[in-house]
Amino acid sequence: MDFALTDEQRMLEETLTRLVTDQVSPEQRRLMLGASAGTSALWRTFSELGLLHMPFSEEVGGLGGDGTDLMIIMRALGRGLVPEAYLAGLVLPGQLLALTASDKQQARWLAPLLEGEHQLALAWQEYGARYDAFAISSQAIQRDGQWQLNGRKEVVLNLEAAAATLVTARLDNGKLGLFVVPAGASGTSTRIYRTIDDRPAGDLTLEHVTLPLENCLSEDVSTALAAVLALGRAALCAEAIGAMEVACDQTLAYLKERKQFGLPLATFQALQHRMVDMHLHLEQSRSMAILAATSLALPSSERDYKIAAAKAYCGESARFIAEQAIQLHGAMGMTEECYITPYAKHLVMFDHYLGDSDYHLETVSDLLKAA
Amino acid sequence: MNLTFSPEEQVFRAEVRHFLATALPQDISERVRLGRHLRADDHLRWQNILSEQGWLAANWPKEHGGPGWGPVQRHIFDEECAAAHAPTVVPFGVNMVAPVIMKFGSVEQQQYYLPRILRNQDWWCQGYSEPGAGSDLASLNTRAVREDDHYIVNGQKTWTTLGQHANMLFCLVRTDPHAKKQAGISFLLIDMQSPGVTVRPIITLDGAHEVNEVFLDNVPVPVENRVGAEGQGWTYAKYLLTHERTGIAGLGHAKQALRHLKSLASRIEHRGKPLLEQPSFRHRVLKAELELMALEVTNLRVIAAARDGGVPGAESSLLKIRGSELRQEISELTRRALGPAALPFFPAFLHGDDDLDEASAQNAAASAQYFNRRKLSIYGGANEIQKSIVAKTILGM
Repeated sequence: MDFALTDEQRMLEETLTRLVTDQVSPEQRRLMLGASAGTSALWRTFSELGLLHMPFSEEVGGLGGDGTDLMIIMRALGRGLVPEAYLAGLVLPGQLLALTASDKQQARWLAPLLEGEHQLALAWQEYGARYDAFAISSQAIQRDGQWQLNGRKEVVLNLEAAAATLVTARLDNGKLGLFVVPAGASGTSTRIYRTIDDRPAGDLTLEHVTLPLENCLSEDVSTALAAVLALGRAALCAEAIGAMEVACDQTLAYLKERKQFGLPLATFQALQHRMVDMHLHLEQSRSMAILAATSLALPSSERDYKIAAAKAYCGESARFIAEQAIQLHGAMGMTEECYITPYAKHLVMFDHYLGDSDYHLETVSDLLKAA
Repeated sequence: MNLTFSPEEQVFRAEVRHFLATALPQDISERVRLGRHLRADDHLRWQNILSEQGWLAANWPKEHGGPGWGPVQRHIFDEECAAAHAPTVVPFGVNMVAPVIMKFGSVEQQQYYLPRILRNQDWWCQGYSEPGAGSDLASLNTRAVREDDHYIVNGQKTWTTLGQHANMLFCLVRTDPHAKKQAGISFLLIDMQSPGVTVRPIITLDGAHEVNEVFLDNVPVPVENRVGAEGQGWTYAKYLLTHERTGIAGLGHAKQALRHLKSLASRIEHRGKPLLEQPSFRHRVLKAELELMALEVTNLRVIAAARDGGVPGAESSLLKIRGSELRQEISELTRRALGPAALPFFPAFLHGDDDLDEASAQNAAASAQYFNRRKLSIYGGANEIQKSIVAKTILGM
């Protein structure tokens, strides 16, 4: 049992904390969000720091980072609400490639990803299936030595910046296949937008999209997809911890600074206890994020049980902290310019990424041991 | 990071489990399992067995005769004891007054009291709260006036847990009424057989006699029974409150209670199906399960910090708040699970020696325990006080 970070991990954490403090102020974040899609200066810095290699195994050219390393990175990104698609554009599609792609496919898609030459996206989600990655209706048919894809993928994060999108589709035999669809492929159309918490996203429509055989990464991706989504959920929990920390810190600072009735708000017991409740939610969620990060290598049902529990728990805490942060900032908490509001928005919408609390509580329920 | 116990720790767990399986008398564990109050003799028998084994003073360092366990081993021990339905060791001697005597007591006090505690020869109780001093403990009024080589103590203590069985009382008294509230307090060890000590039961809402009032009427206490310096009692009391609080979440008890709840709710039928499958009930069980998972990791974080030399400070307040809330929620669900079977009340079975038919016996404690568990968020500093401590010490408000 060990909660301490290794020396390397401590260095990584310090470096990232400094980077986020220096380069991702609210003002800088607004500028980044306004910039067009493409490789940014910050992404190049990520590359120089080895972050693009970190979460991948040495077999595929990565640095062999584990769940704790990913947690450190995601927490730091969460503290700055860093608008780079580290998870959506690199980790999730990259891990799926690492688990499914042939050497040749990895050379074509994974190697440049790790080198920072391109980004990717993962299109697993369809409104019709809600959060269930395995109940989708997009289809892939193999015909005349080619694959043909039809369907519509919704809220694909990092879609515009991606050189290609990994797309799940149902095969004739009922299994789930995984395909690389290059940006602008004939038959694709996109609608690009931002989510309400400012993440770049879009919908991807596939109409008779024809792909060569080599663009099929897997004809049975279920196991790999489940593993990658579990990793994504653990990473989101860690990112939310970073955002919760800032929401708590900023709210506390505001309570100490803001005066009403001639006294700082921090002197009022009703507000003190609310603030403590936020802190309690944060610490319990931190424990759950640690549980998730250290469960990635467990057998799949144990992994899914613990990570679902963590995602469900963090989802509720994140919303609680967000709502308290807004409330304790009073009317200022309702403004777009308030430091806290981007954090509050992400912490509420956290529940809509990779499954909400209700969805994950169902998973816990399915796997609950009676006694 | 990893959350797994080391091979040595797992061997230790097996050793504790084996000991409990062979040494814990079945009639005692059965009483605990059924939620019946223990008789004085049940406590003494079990504590004598632990004392024989050298495990009674689980928190003590080796030089005072403890097993020298670290925080991880103590945690494992607590968890296994709860799982085996072992009685909780009465903490007032071994875990409360002993650390104060070790740290602040005279050599004579250490040589006299510590071996007696280790051998389970004294039954200690705590004289802290008073009718007018609860959360605001430092406003206590019990007076000790020095007369030659004695203090004459007058006042009233209350909520004295298991004081009816005790022969020793450690007590906060006011020795200087003119000093600032905290500064005039001293820490006395009082023999309950002294003239002027009267113990009266307080029956709690579950019908149990667990706590007492202790009246002190011109009680003579030898000056050598004062621990440390006069006027420093508050410092010692605070030391006690921060000492070794990693067990404060009651995690072993919460785990055991949740296991019991799930087992109960999967046996109880509701419209032809196990109650555990009824959606709204299941939802609450799941929420408790999640809270327990989070609490367990938080507890391990605090234990690991203590193991690595940190002092658990205000984190224990977090554990206390969330641990008590969780245990209360589980007791609420256990009572609800029984439905109408939660209504019958058999105090002579729960608190005494009366027999009861098997089916009624299994269910008898649920409601009484629910009411009893309300104490968890009140004692040891009410949860609201804990929140104020966190606000002050962690958040600097």
